[in-house]
Amino acid sequence: MLRRTLLKGAAGVAMTMALTAGAWAQEVVKIGLILPMTGPSASTGRQVEAAAKLYIAQNGAKVAGKTIELIVKDDTGVADVTKRLAQELVVNDKVSVLAGFGLTPLALAAAPIATQAKVPLVVTSAATSIITEASPFIVRTSFTLPQVTVPIADWAAKNGIKKVVSLVTDYGPGIDAEKAFKEKFEAAGGKVIETLRAPLRNAEFAPFLQKAKDAAPDALFLFVPSGQGASLMKQVAEREFAKAGIKVIATGDVTDDDQINGMGDAVLGMITSHYYSAAHPSPENKVYVAAFKKANNGLRPNFMSVGGYDGMHLIYKALEKTGGDANGQKLVDAMKGMSWTSPRGVISIDPETRDIVQDVYIRKVEKVDGELYNVEFASVPKVVDPVKAARKK
Amino acid sequence: MLTILFDGISYGMLLFVLAVGLCVTLGLMNFINLAHGAFAMGGGYVAVVMMNRYGLSFYWSLPAAFILMAALGAVLERTLYVRLYDKSHLDQVLFSIGLVFMSVAAVDYAMGANQQIVNLPPSLQGRVEFFGASIGVYRIFVIIACAVLALALQFVLSRTRFGARLRAAVDEPRVARGIGIDVASIFALTFAFGSGLAGLGGALGAGVFSLDPTFPLKFMIYFLIVVSVGGVTTISGPFLASLLLGVADVAGKYYIPAVGGFIIYTIMVAVLILRPQGLFSRAGR
Repeated sequence: MLRRTLLKGAAGVAMTMALTAGAWAQEVVKIGLILPMTGPSASTGRQVEAAAKLYIAQNGAKVAGKTIELIVKDDTGVADVTKRLAQELVVNDKVSVLAGFGLTPLALAAAPIATQAKVPLVVTSAATSIITEASPFIVRTSFTLPQVTVPIADWAAKNGIKKVVSLVTDYGPGIDAEKAFKEKFEAAGGKVIETLRAPLRNAEFAPFLQKAKDAAPDALFLFVPSGQGASLMKQVAEREFAKAGIKVIATGDVTDDDQINGMGDAVLGMITSHYYSAAHPSPENKVYVAAFKKANNGLRPNFMSVGGYDGMHLIYKALEKTGGDANGQKLVDAMKGMSWTSPRGVISIDPETRDIVQDVYIRKVEKVDGELYNVEFASVPKVVDPVKAARKK
Repeated sequence: MLTILFDGISYGMLLFVLAVGLCVTLGLMNFINLAHGAFAMGGGYVAVVMMNRYGLSFYWSLPAAFILMAALGAVLERTLYVRLYDKSHLDQVLFSIGLVFMSVAAVDYAMGANQQIVNLPPSLQGRVEFFGASIGVYRIFVIIACAVLALALQFVLSRTRFGARLRAAVDEPRVARGIGIDVASIFALTFAFGSGLAGLGGALGAGVFSLDPTFPLKFMIYFLIVVSVGGVTTISGPFLASLLLGVADVAGKYYIPAVGGFIIYTIMVAVLILRPQGLFSRAGR
């Protein structure tokens, strides 16, 4: 008898617990942030995580009556792990939004899960053009490589550069950059005389750089993934391209804000194009950089961080628009066409491609208050991803 | 053309200094130490910390990297490695690869995962003209430093009493002990020396390559290729193998960039098929 009462009591307690947990769960919107926190792309992970946490700290964890819970997972930069983590987050943790994705293969690995589970997937970093086409639930807040490459190709053609050698990392975004540069530059009357591709895990750039130098172009165009610019620029400096009359131009990935100070004066005067610089002279950005540095021990935010910051903003605003409804399709629909002023300038989500539309800046490396910065001197407004734009025509 | 040759030689020389410690432990002590790269990484980080944090000169950081890594090697040899000398090779491999992963995680935790940059002193920067080819000053420095090291090593091993004792201790530890050679301390000293060389190689390499916590994994392949192509019974074998691989890698990437990355692997496979004991080894050991 006693035993039965006890059992009943236990069952009752279990019931109430289950009920409260259920009620509580509806008040919480979980966001699964999958990032490479260790391994070669760890700097990307740290920047995005710091920015996402900063956004929550600044705006509070409540939006449209829901509490935001951020779950950060480390995929170490390996696509299989990304896929498994995305699956676990969707099935076990019941996240409403997946975000993060430091490299193209990682985003592509998680895309089928977003499609099947009908969960929005906000890409805060990866930059190959095709990513947003992998699932109708993918929305991007970072950039596409062709988007930031075309402006520098244009700039080069307009500034007396006729012959270019390109050197890119041999993987998705690198090849995107190479193609975009060649197409735009040759359409503008220039000539890409050599296209070099260095392996992704490459320690020695010497032979590629020597080949570029021996080809005697007017300029050398570079792209390497975020975090690898320092070692490349060290070897570029060693080859003394400037003395041979060869300009060095690149996408902003190379003169990454995170690393540029360590590159030394050899990068002074280098021209790059990108969507974000910590030196962007807007009031929003000044506030952002100051708050980011304060929260992260003086770390300078780079372009990856701003992708994470805007990713969180996009999720917040979409939830506001749906009145707190975390249904995947409704969230993605709410995200389409959204526009706001980010630390990098005014950006919007293209309602058709779900890709980002933003201003791209041409910058020059200069010394500001004793530190190296990419100082913007020209801008191309509202650049859409040229690959998708070309296909539409 | 000459520039490419020089770049290749300097790359090969760096590979040699990085890998020679492994040849010593593998060839002379018959111990497979995959954690060798961890010592190289340690040396690189010693250089980075000394120069970037304490503002010391690059020239000081080189001996410091050697001494600190040799000391670390000695400590680990006495506490950990000594227990594994008579274990099977599989145990040694598992043990040392475990050390590699621990070192990767530890450096990641302590120094962060981003690439570290060594800013060379101005006297080692820039380029000089040499028979019509322009060569980086630092690369010349690397070539000279490594050549001196290789000669010194060869001399110590083949001409000195210590070298003779070491060879005796390796070939017949029992007899060597019987005639009064202190085998244990010779092994410890040799291991420490090999680790120190790795540290020195890491510090020298930090001036050319990037340094990040995955360094031991990234370079493990190269060490093993050098050792398998060069054989482990001599110093000259790995030395020539390093030069061959360095020049082949750089020249391959220069002349045929599309397949350049595969050339050293092709060489390794060819050598292993034709001369499994290593290109420069005497057969039958």
